[in-house]
Amino acid sequence: MKKQKRLLLLGDILGVAVTVIIFLIPFYFMFVQSIKSKAEANRLSISWPSEIHFENYLEVFSHANYQLVTAFKNSGILTLFTVLGLLLTAAMAGYVIQRRHDKIVGGIQAVIMLGLMIPAAILPTIHMLQSMHIYKTMFSMVMIEIALQTPFAVMLYRGYMASIPVELEEAARIDGCNRWQIFQKIIFPLLKPIQATLIILVGVQTFNDFTNPLYFLPGSENTTVQLTLYNYKGQLASSYNLLFADIIAITIPMLILFLIFNKRIVDGMVAGSVKG
Amino acid sequence: MKTKKEQSLYPLWFLFPSLIIFGIFFLWPIISSLYYSLTVWNFDTAKFCGLDNYKLFFSEKAMSSSVIHTLIYAFGTSGLKVILAFFIAIFLTSKIKTKNFIRSAVFFPNLVSMMAVGLTFSYMMHPTKGLLNVVIQALGGTPIDFLGNPSLALFSIIMTDVWKGLSISVVIYIAGIQSIDKTYYEAASIDGATGWQQLKHITLPLVAPSQNSIIILSLIGGLRSFDLIWSMTGGGPGFATDVLASVIYKQYAAGFYGLSTAGNVVMLIVISAIAFPLQHFLNKREEAIQ
Repeated sequence: MKKQKRLLLLGDILGVAVTVIIFLIPFYFMFVQSIKSKAEANRLSISWPSEIHFENYLEVFSHANYQLVTAFKNSGILTLFTVLGLLLTAAMAGYVIQRRHDKIVGGIQAVIMLGLMIPAAILPTIHMLQSMHIYKTMFSMVMIEIALQTPFAVMLYRGYMASIPVELEEAARIDGCNRWQIFQKIIFPLLKPIQATLIILVGVQTFNDFTNPLYFLPGSENTTVQLTLYNYKGQLASSYNLLFADIIAITIPMLILFLIFNKRIVDGMVAGSVKG
Repeated sequence: MKTKKEQSLYPLWFLFPSLIIFGIFFLWPIISSLYYSLTVWNFDTAKFCGLDNYKLFFSEKAMSSSVIHTLIYAFGTSGLKVILAFFIAIFLTSKIKTKNFIRSAVFFPNLVSMMAVGLTFSYMMHPTKGLLNVVIQALGGTPIDFLGNPSLALFSIIMTDVWKGLSISVVIYIAGIQSIDKTYYEAASIDGATGWQQLKHITLPLVAPSQNSIIILSLIGGLRSFDLIWSMTGGGPGFATDVLASVIYKQYAAGFYGLSTAGNVVMLIVISAIAFPLQHFLNKREEAIQ
């Protein structure tokens, strides 16, 4: 018994030591670079700065005509509308797909689930947006984010919907609700736990997306937070302190989210990846 | 009878908003990509050229090697995640006290963007002053050019990907391990099974469903991977780390739209050819165990 306790203690110490070295030092590294002077940051060492320069953050926000401010605004709008749009459309689809079992619905489900595997066709999408005259607009970017994340969201909703008893709907029908009212007043409010999970997962995914804005939303007035990092990588190649200030600035929203919703995020990721 | 009732209760039009957005912005471009990949294309005119794009794609080493790199990358990251995450999950479901701290620390990289992780690691892997080389030199080794050495660069990115994405696999394993009935272990230890035997004959077979999700998820993610590679090496040195997704971007930037779309179709075929049979096989294996 005593031997086992010692073993556990050893496990604790080793586990924490390895975790700190492998998983926390990179974050410490990012942070110290961001508060160093330019000359010191360019040495890329992990020593604590001789002078602390928090004004790096002000400087990176004002860099290139306040591009980072614009980027935060754009990413905010993109994330907000993607989450709102997806939450509504995928909830409706997940509801019918889970409840109804005929050939049409089965076929539609199979097609939507293809999206979990196969990659999007990028240039034909750009071409289509151009011919619809919506290329480089926030509207088209939101639609693409929704389209790409629909399979995942529908799958989550479908899985959760199975836990809502059908009897609730029957009771509502007897009380004279029509089909839309049943969904809107009975089902939708019951989806809150899975909505919360989806808001976080879709929000993080959209906010951190680099590839899709790179293709579908080019232009400096349209820039998103991840693209600023890509642009600054070249522009600020000799000012690592500012580059890392940008990294920290766009990571902090995620850190706050993580500290508040830690458990929900982890549970959501498990639910989303284990097939329903 | 049941279907009739279901049809009247759950209207099909509820599916339309999702279906319309998904159809227009995802499905239709994929279908039309099959045609555009057979053309010389600049968005204004598309001149049919048969299979020329595909022939060019597979005859130029700069592009054809991306298929191999993509496979190495996907199977490398997926394999490492499946194995490492299993042992971390076992460790974190034991009786140690610091598991919440460790789990959180391992998990957080997931919420950091690929761009941020890629940039940070590319500086930590700097050939002379990067943190990793400082440590190697302090231990008496010779500095390693992690991202500049063509035969090493892809492997360095794979390690970074594992660092960032490992935790998803860990939490899926943990969920799987926790759902295993405790009485199996009690019965086994009464029969005198060692810890290792319990791990091998109880835990491993019973986490198969979780493991299958991890394999599929990480493999597909790896096959599509773009942003981490792009932020760390941009496909270089030379084209040593070019994967399908980065070739698609490069050909787009160079103005060869038909060729880029052909690359997109190749990626579609590679993923389908691996993911669908694999899923079928894993489902069969899962049924056989149960």
